Amino acid sequence: MRRMNPSHISFVLVLTYLFLPVAATLIYSLATEWNKTVLPEGLTLKWFAELFRDFPFLQALGRSFLLSGLTTVAALIVMVPAIFVIVVYAPRLERWVQTLVMMTYAVPGVIMAVGLLRTYSGTGIPMILVTAGAYVVGLLPFIYQGTRNSLRTIHAASLMEAAELLGASRGRAFVKIIVPNIMPGILVAGLLSFSILFGEFVLVNMLVGGRFETLQIYLYAKLSKSGHIASAITVTYFLFMAIISGLAVKFSRGNKATRKEAAS
Amino acid sequence: MKKGNALLLLAVIPFGTFVVLFLLVPVISMIWGSFQTDGGGAFTIAQYKEVLSNPYYFQAFQNSVLISFLSSAIGIIAAVFAAYAITRTPKHVRERLLVITNLTSNFAGIPLAFAFIVLLGNSGVFTLLCKQLGIDLGSFQLYSWTGLTLIYVYFQLPLAVMLLYPIYYGIQEQWKEAAELLGATSTIFWLRIGLPVLLPGIAGTFSILFANAMGAYASAYALTGSTYNLVPIRIGALVSGDIFARPELGSALAVLLGMTLVAALLLNEWLTRKIRRNLS
Repeated sequence: MRRMNPSHISFVLVLTYLFLPVAATLIYSLATEWNKTVLPEGLTLKWFAELFRDFPFLQALGRSFLLSGLTTVAALIVMVPAIFVIVVYAPRLERWVQTLVMMTYAVPGVIMAVGLLRTYSGTGIPMILVTAGAYVVGLLPFIYQGTRNSLRTIHAASLMEAAELLGASRGRAFVKIIVPNIMPGILVAGLLSFSILFGEFVLVNMLVGGRFETLQIYLYAKLSKSGHIASAITVTYFLFMAIISGLAVKFSRGNKATRKEAAS
Repeated sequence: MKKGNALLLLAVIPFGTFVVLFLLVPVISMIWGSFQTDGGGAFTIAQYKEVLSNPYYFQAFQNSVLISFLSSAIGIIAAVFAAYAITRTPKHVRERLLVITNLTSNFAGIPLAFAFIVLLGNSGVFTLLCKQLGIDLGSFQLYSWTGLTLIYVYFQLPLAVMLLYPIYYGIQEQWKEAAELLGATSTIFWLRIGLPVLLPGIAGTFSILFANAMGAYASAYALTGSTYNLVPIRIGALVSGDIFARPELGSALAVLLGMTLVAALLLNEWLTRKIRRNLS
């Protein structure tokens, strides 16, 4: 009955292709010696033990967390209220936001770096702050999408009207009613943003480089030194990504459940 | 009421400030710089003339377009079938598959290049396996254009699947039944009805993939530093190189690259609008 057709074959090939490099890196990070034989000569956790005792690695990990985390929080604080105001009170401005979203896509890291270096290098403004600022703007597509969709599902405009009729000020209504209701959507957008920044290399490497060694820059420096250590870093990075997307799935499920409740 | 409006303005101002400081001003400064002589000071279009007449930069554009086109084409052909297979799986399997796809889409840049070195590098796992089994890999080299294309295909695949997967919901089950009743085989249905309906979506996705690959920098940089002659690599070298830094020329290259991306994205928007019109 189940004939293999082109779509099944392609599906299996795509999954295998996506899986193989991850699997190879994982095994390499656990292998004692793997230079001549087909399968590793033995398995060990010593590369991970070595890695997590390596102070510069822990520092780089900490810097990545700090930079991605703080920037994500700042982006949410700056953008969510603005997107809320535009979507609910000035929908005509949405076209402009969409144009900005397209602009961020048309200006990938390497182009952005050219403009930022021209504008800010030599002004005395720390380049790490410039990087963080550019990160905030770069997150616009994801935060706009997430916030707008959440605002639509909760019918934000009618909620605001109801709250104002009952005597709440706009600011109070936003903080007490809109924010709690769109929280799951914001969390998902935040996790997505965090994972994108956590993997960013181009901007931070071109603007700051070795002066603020993030996990990605640290990995780049280790590439040619030790394959096992670099594998352990890559696996650690992948595990973090897996945990974050697991959390995002959990939150978006919760989001769907509340939506279903609201619908029934 | 007045107070309410002040509050609205207060919410938009920080956002606007960020956009101006970290998007508009740098982009304008870059465009301005691309029309300056080396070191600044006078207006000129010499930088553009140099980009367009120097065979080295022309080749960089050629290489970038070629690898972007090829990796997008391979990615989209594989994804057209794979995304369809995903829509046919039961709901809980489908959700898991999409999570995995999304996860691998985070696997790009430096870690991805490294994973390929482990797999296909000179003493890579797969390379060794082939040696042991006596399979001749021919002249395959990870640090070649073929090798880099394999990496590009890897980061295009998840994106292509995620973007294509929703457009299959534009094809209704009843159409298939109707076509079958009228005597069409599955192949004829897809060729005559399915594909024409999907085509704008596929083309739109293709242009996004193309733009994505054109702007990619980290994978090629991780493999060989600045050996690959690609536009993003040239820009990086011109702007941050210590000895050969020529930021004005780098700006001109960046502006031309940006224009290519804008063209690809506009094409996508036009095609997306066309799909919406077809569906309504």
